[in-house]
Amino acid sequence: MISQIVFAILLVSAAYLFYLNAYKIIRNIKLGRSIGTIKNIPERLKIMLLVAFGQQKMFKRPISALLHLLVYLGFVIINIEMLEIIIDGLFGTHRILGFLGNLYNVLIASFEILAIGVLVACILFFIRRNILKIKRLNQAELEHWPKTDANLILIAEILLMSAFLLMNAADYKLQSLHVTHYPPLGSFPISAHLATLLPESVSTLFFIERFCWWFHIIGVLIFLNYLPYSKHLHIILAFPNTYFSKLTAKGKFENVASITAEVKAMLNPDLPAPTTEVIRFGVKDVQDLTWKNLLDAYTCTECGRCTAACPANITGKLLSPRKIMMDTRDRLVEVGQNIDANKEYIDDNKSLLDTYISREEIWACTTCNACVEQCPVNINPLEIIMGLRQYVVMEESQAPTSLNNMMSNLENNGAPWKYAQADRTNWTEK
Amino acid sequence: MENTLQIPTAAELIAKGEIPDLLFWVGCAGSYDERAQRITRDICKILHHVGIKFAILGNEESCTGDPAKRAGNEFLFQMQAMTNIEILNNYEIKKIVTACPHCFNTLKNEYPSLGGHYDVIHHTQLIQSLIDKGMLKPADGNSFKGKRITYHDPCYLGRGNNIYEAPRKVLESLDADLIEMKRCKSNGLCCGAGGAQMFKEAENGIKEINLERTEDIIDTKASIVASSCPFCMTMLSDGIKVKEKEAEIQVLDVAEITVKANNL
Repeated sequence: MISQIVFAILLVSAAYLFYLNAYKIIRNIKLGRSIGTIKNIPERLKIMLLVAFGQQKMFKRPISALLHLLVYLGFVIINIEMLEIIIDGLFGTHRILGFLGNLYNVLIASFEILAIGVLVACILFFIRRNILKIKRLNQAELEHWPKTDANLILIAEILLMSAFLLMNAADYKLQSLHVTHYPPLGSFPISAHLATLLPESVSTLFFIERFCWWFHIIGVLIFLNYLPYSKHLHIILAFPNTYFSKLTAKGKFENVASITAEVKAMLNPDLPAPTTEVIRFGVKDVQDLTWKNLLDAYTCTECGRCTAACPANITGKLLSPRKIMMDTRDRLVEVGQNIDANKEYIDDNKSLLDTYISREEIWACTTCNACVEQCPVNINPLEIIMGLRQYVVMEESQAPTSLNNMMSNLENNGAPWKYAQADRTNWTEK
Repeated sequence: MENTLQIPTAAELIAKGEIPDLLFWVGCAGSYDERAQRITRDICKILHHVGIKFAILGNEESCTGDPAKRAGNEFLFQMQAMTNIEILNNYEIKKIVTACPHCFNTLKNEYPSLGGHYDVIHHTQLIQSLIDKGMLKPADGNSFKGKRITYHDPCYLGRGNNIYEAPRKVLESLDADLIEMKRCKSNGLCCGAGGAQMFKEAENGIKEINLERTEDIIDTKASIVASSCPFCMTMLSDGIKVKEKEAEIQVLDVAEITVKANNL
């Protein structure tokens, strides 16, 4: 009875804590600007199904895609087991779903096979990250916390899966010793082998089984509450993030509507001056981004496929699209904490531009869309870079000199070079 | 022959009471850059050859505003766009072909919400459709037969607008040995010119982007690298020059290859 009460308290506290964190993340995302009404729902569902659920874009890199698929399938399917663990925990039952008979055997057997798959994949991921030193997993922006974060997740997965298998092994052995309370339920293709390594003592086996059971469920609850602080949040946000994907051609950059009104008024003085409220042009801080950009930032799992494909980064420039996303999230979290402390945002003399992202970074972008193309969960770092450029150019007039020259040529001659408009058709005479 | 190109402007055609079936948007590079001018003239040769009634805007054409928009100057972009749209709409232009993926992308994707609705195609799409219709047919013994050719995807044609097949189909029609670079199609590497980089020095790094891309080209051992963007043309030609491979590798636009293969 006591264990049931402890279990219920743990479960409710973990759920409540997660709710509080999720609420804060949603509030932070809502600090972003509107992107209008969401249309084309069938198309969006299809993208979510293919890209998030079906992991379509992961397969641009087949090896990591296969390993990731193992972990993903394991995560999704083994979590069915959570249902049983919760019922057992609350009602003091044991393997309550055992009445499913053969289906139960199939379920437990597949959980075991997946668990060993997850275990192997996580160990390989750990080796790739820490021993093979793959470039995109060891770049500057991952130093310190991000690298620790990644390793913590892998270690947690390895521990959880080990506990799961060990628990089954002990259970299987208790079953085979005909211990009461452990009726023969489930099929254990992996842990049956593991069981041979366990001691024969019933009390030790009982301890191992209970310890692993509690370790697994407490581990999962801690993991749930670690998510909001981790890059690993993508396991939830990948779904909404792909649902809210940009549906138009990647080459299309949205026209700024508030500027359209002003330009129309400039070109046609007869029109009344625009009455729309004046908002900042471009992006200086996270509140100037759209809420989709902010959702992107929370969704990013720092895999670095964007950065590995970025022509600027490949050739040694400071720009890294992954860092753009990480900076955006870090600044957004900081703004959120500012709001928590002060009830509303109080200027802290910091901003996404300059405090986090330097001008050298944003000017190195070729707008080639390689980062957008590569992202397995349809994050768009390019929109953030463009927003920052717009602020620097339109609010501060601080474009690089050569670009100012190009723009003044454009204004005066209708071409980015210093040629006379009257010479535009000279090519017909050559 | 070259100085006899008779290219009517939209204004001239309208004055004669005619309406062009197609507007050829030449673009700034195509108008002023010497290397790109050769591509412009070749596109005109193709249009003449197949008898399409086309016109250019001539001195009324002005930059689409793409480099201003990518540099962050939305004001200047929209000024350019609205001025151009007014001219295009005055001439009741319905269909446009461009020689530049940047003009193509801007006219096709970014003009509609400002009031400019046109059917916009890139010249590689036009050439492909002419080949499909049998209006262009590479000569049997064309000089590209059996040559090793690789194709560089311009970002604003490929990733930007998912046009990967049209230029490749044109090249396949030559009976050439079309070979892909290790980074191609949606994984293609930028030449380094986009996003207004063409008009500024690169930030500090360890290498120029066009040299990184040129190495991909050299790795294919192709004797011709085809592209379909005047900016890629400049970047890749420079890269080949720096790598001292001018004797071995030619940089040609898909339009130039078409003209040569069809003996136009």
